[in-house]
Amino acid sequence: MTSESAPIFARGVRKHFPGSERPALDGVDLTVRAGRVCALLGGNGAGKTTMIRILTTLTRADEGVVRVAGWDVRAEGTRVRASIGLVGQYAALDEVLSARENLELFGRLAGLDRRRARERAGELLGTAGLQEVGRRPVGSFSGGMRRRLDLATSLITIPAVLFIDEPTTGLDPQARRELWSSVRALTAAGTTVLLTTQYLDEADALADDVVILREGRVIAEGTPGDLKKLVGEPRMELREPTLEDVYMHLHEGVAAS
Amino acid sequence: MTTTISTAPVRTHVWREALILAGRTLRHWRARPVGFAIQVFFPVLVILLMGGLLGGAIAGSAAQYILFVIPGVLAFTMLSGIETTMIAVTTDATRTVTDRFRSLPISPGAVLLGRVLADMLTSAVELVVITLAGLALGWRWENGVLPALAAYGLLLWLRFGLLWVGVWAGLRVGSPEAVGAVQLLSWPIGFLSTVFVQPSTMPPWLGAIAEHNPLSATASAVRELFTGVHLQGLTWAADHALLFALVGPLVLAAVFCPLAIRAFQGLSR
Repeated sequence: MTSESAPIFARGVRKHFPGSERPALDGVDLTVRAGRVCALLGGNGAGKTTMIRILTTLTRADEGVVRVAGWDVRAEGTRVRASIGLVGQYAALDEVLSARENLELFGRLAGLDRRRARERAGELLGTAGLQEVGRRPVGSFSGGMRRRLDLATSLITIPAVLFIDEPTTGLDPQARRELWSSVRALTAAGTTVLLTTQYLDEADALADDVVILREGRVIAEGTPGDLKKLVGEPRMELREPTLEDVYMHLHEGVAAS
Repeated sequence: MTTTISTAPVRTHVWREALILAGRTLRHWRARPVGFAIQVFFPVLVILLMGGLLGGAIAGSAAQYILFVIPGVLAFTMLSGIETTMIAVTTDATRTVTDRFRSLPISPGAVLLGRVLADMLTSAVELVVITLAGLALGWRWENGVLPALAAYGLLLWLRFGLLWVGVWAGLRVGSPEAVGAVQLLSWPIGFLSTVFVQPSTMPPWLGAIAEHNPLSATASAVRELFTGVHLQGLTWAADHALLFALVGPLVLAAVFCPLAIRAFQGLSR
């Protein structure tokens, strides 16, 4: 497979928003191979969300070649949108409607007939662990439940490429790990995933490849192992458990009992 | 496992998608029946309050004033529908629901068309509720069914023109809180018209301004269509209310529909 036919292929992407001092993206190259999870890392303002918005046809690049699932995002936007799922930074759900109604709505818009949309909503509620609360309005959901529903909504039709923008911001450790499991299950089924995150442990846990952005430019890329070698040889160190370790230990203990 | 990419064209169905999106509003009604009831019965409350509190002073009796004010309130309800449109558009945009719609393989026009269908349907329900309340209060259309239907058509035509103002403003204001300012504006616009009082009771310069309000044109035109009596005004605009009621919404739609579409497309920039 040539890199241009990779599920995500971008060359020389530039984007400068009017009124801002520097470009949000300044010649970014990005290739993600099929079935891999690529983590786009960077601090606030690095350009991660702009890159996701360009790849998902929500924002137009000023310059560059961008192909997703083999289609040019500018010329073949509808084909791109038919091949992708998007989980944005904020759960993009109708808060008045129930979880089931949200899934059915997006299923119908994705082209499913009424019966199939209803069946698919039931399947996804089960997968997301929301079957019990499927008829409750989304406005009454916790942050973790919304995130799970948001992810389920993006999987109404199994996407070839899934974009997840800062998936675990605001989630508790257990909800984070549940979401990580969902992403792993998707890649096992062949979906290519690009996720942005500010959490390095998240990238370490999930990503096959990592691209680090800073001020709109790629400053490093490779597998997590390759990037770790940049720092030096592996060394063994003792560390105290973190509070997250304690939380998960207690939580799993309670769940087991 | 390899991912197979279809080479078949992706076909969008703008009307099907717009109807699905409009259907979402019907589900909102079902999910929040009290909120919906308050929305559609508020104009009836306005009629009762205006009739009870001011009717005697303005028209000699509450009953007489209610007969005058019902066509005006029908028109005023079309104006205040801007708020409904703005809240819906702004809420979807700020909660990134609009972005989710835009990331789906649907026609971009379906999102706006769905909003148009939903809001026109809401307004039609409001017109029915006000009409039923009016009939219960003794109001009647005296000029036959066809002119009455034409009057309702004019009212929905005004709503259609104003709807594009709401879509454009909803995409531009950026927060649901800012919609409150527009809501406040609708009252002075309503009062500076022929909706609640005859302009002949105002100082001439103010009456002339009121008669050039597009809301006045629709209110006067529907009064004429309901009664069959041509209403004399202070200005040429008032004497040609029907013409103004047709042209005013057309101008609003011609100006604000392209602006709203441009604002929607601008979400991609």
